[in-house]
Amino acid sequence: MVTDFTPLWISLKTATTATVITFFIGMAVAYWMANYQGRAKGIIDGFLILPMVLPPTVIGFILLLIFGKNGFMGKFLAEFDITIVFTWWATVIAAAVVAFPLMYKTARGAFEQVDGSYIEAAKTLGYNDWNIFWRVVLPLSWPGVAAATILAFARALGEFGATLMLAGSIPGKTQTVPIAIYFASEGGNMDKAFAWIIIIIAVSLFVVVFSNMWTGKKYSAISKVRGN
Amino acid sequence: MGLLVDIQKDFADFSLTVNFQVDQRPFGILGASGSGKSMTLRCIAGLTTPTKGKIILNERILFDSETKIDIPARHRKIGYLFQNFALFPHLTVEQNIAFGIRQLPQKEQQQRISEKLQMIQLDDLGKRFPYQLSGGQQQRVALARALVTNPEVLLLDEPFSALDNHLRRYMEQELIEVLKRYEGVALFVTHNLEEAYHICEQIMIMDNGKIVANQGREELFLQPPTYAAAQLTGCKNMTEAIPANEPNTFVVPRWGNVTLCASQPLEEGHKYIGIHAHHIVFVDQSKQSKLDNVFVCKVVSCEEGPHTVAVYVRIGDLQSMSDGYHLQIEVYKERWREISNDSLLYVHLHADKLFLCS
Repeated sequence: MVTDFTPLWISLKTATTATVITFFIGMAVAYWMANYQGRAKGIIDGFLILPMVLPPTVIGFILLLIFGKNGFMGKFLAEFDITIVFTWWATVIAAAVVAFPLMYKTARGAFEQVDGSYIEAAKTLGYNDWNIFWRVVLPLSWPGVAAATILAFARALGEFGATLMLAGSIPGKTQTVPIAIYFASEGGNMDKAFAWIIIIIAVSLFVVVFSNMWTGKKYSAISKVRGN
Repeated sequence: MGLLVDIQKDFADFSLTVNFQVDQRPFGILGASGSGKSMTLRCIAGLTTPTKGKIILNERILFDSETKIDIPARHRKIGYLFQNFALFPHLTVEQNIAFGIRQLPQKEQQQRISEKLQMIQLDDLGKRFPYQLSGGQQQRVALARALVTNPEVLLLDEPFSALDNHLRRYMEQELIEVLKRYEGVALFVTHNLEEAYHICEQIMIMDNGKIVANQGREELFLQPPTYAAAQLTGCKNMTEAIPANEPNTFVVPRWGNVTLCASQPLEEGHKYIGIHAHHIVFVDQSKQSKLDNVFVCKVVSCEEGPHTVAVYVRIGDLQSMSDGYHLQIEVYKERWREISNDSLLYVHLHADKLFLCS
């Protein structure tokens, strides 16, 4: 059975941190892409979606190339005595990269749904782009952005392949629940694997149900408006 | 003082060229959809950038392509009433009205909001959300939100198009009252000529990106300067006119080749003659010798409306089997019942009511 709960804390901490990072970066990129009309739109979108389409091991390998000893980010960070590979930050980076496309794509769809006349009304009422985003676009697209955040969190929590490649499986440091499950079942410790599976199902269900309840109220108000 | 607009906006398949000046009286822009009237408003508000030209408001340059001045929409001090009202669905009525004056001190905000709520007679509904309001109430809130910032110009983009017919006339009256007290420039865009006539003293007509008329409403309806303007003011009878030998007389080939005499001489460039459907009257035969422009006619068909009947007639040739009609005449039902059984009908095209245009 499970006696050491550190994989759960590592998983939750990793997924939460990765979600916060993807939330802001994903939203910024989504908003920029929603307004970008240039020719390269399709190509840029393709690159941004790539982490979702590629096998996680490929993502892990690419991240190793970037953050490894000879990678450009690895070298740059080494100047400040920072190493990423096989540390807790590696689990965060792997989870954030893999969760990013879900956040970006879903949020962008939500932003594009916002009627342009609301934005124009805000402009004539003296608002700059930054304030329009926070006071008009984000509140109106909130159900979509909330859904994007939940999806990103769920994906970050379940991340396995890229995390294993970039962060390894160091108990108490980088071993997340999915990795603990893999090594428990490979080591023949089926009871332990089973216990972790129950835990991760409970956590995932709780997060999704809780956030549904949380956004439910706002969502119904806005969908009423849309239906009108 | 006022607003001066002299701009050009080019698109791949459309080009807008307008040049006009507006003073403090309500100014109407009338045109069919796609005529460029809304685009003109967008350029003034700064939501679309013109290709070239200039826009000057009360001596303040909003846009000038030569000196590369382009004040962003948020600094133009222009109130915009959108076609769909664009009320923020996540904010209450009060928050919607307060949206443009958040930089003011709380006390002043409160004062202005209650003042505007009073103006639109929605004092008790300040805490409601837009979806809890009727169409007319939503429109009033949108008007209050646009006016609360004390804009120098108020742009109204087909504000009644989302409302029911019976509500329209009522909201028109309200708007006229509001505009009386408003001290800035008001520009009203519509495709409905009655609306334009009720609200605006000066009306500009646009067609295919160009101005085809810009004058006082009275004159515009009596003497439309161009064919397109006449059509947009609802004139149903328009055709080519050829000057005849005597002064002020014209041969009209399409109306059974009759000769008409008008009170107005033919000016350079005038090619068409027209008369409004309700200006043509049916007279009895005895008048034929006393009046000009009285002709015997044959009824081709008629179409009943709620109060009037549209009668389509051919002038002259009573034997002809052709279905084509020459004139559309609008008469009150009562009058039509009196005369429709007469064996011969005569129409009178009063010389004062005939107009010539290019």
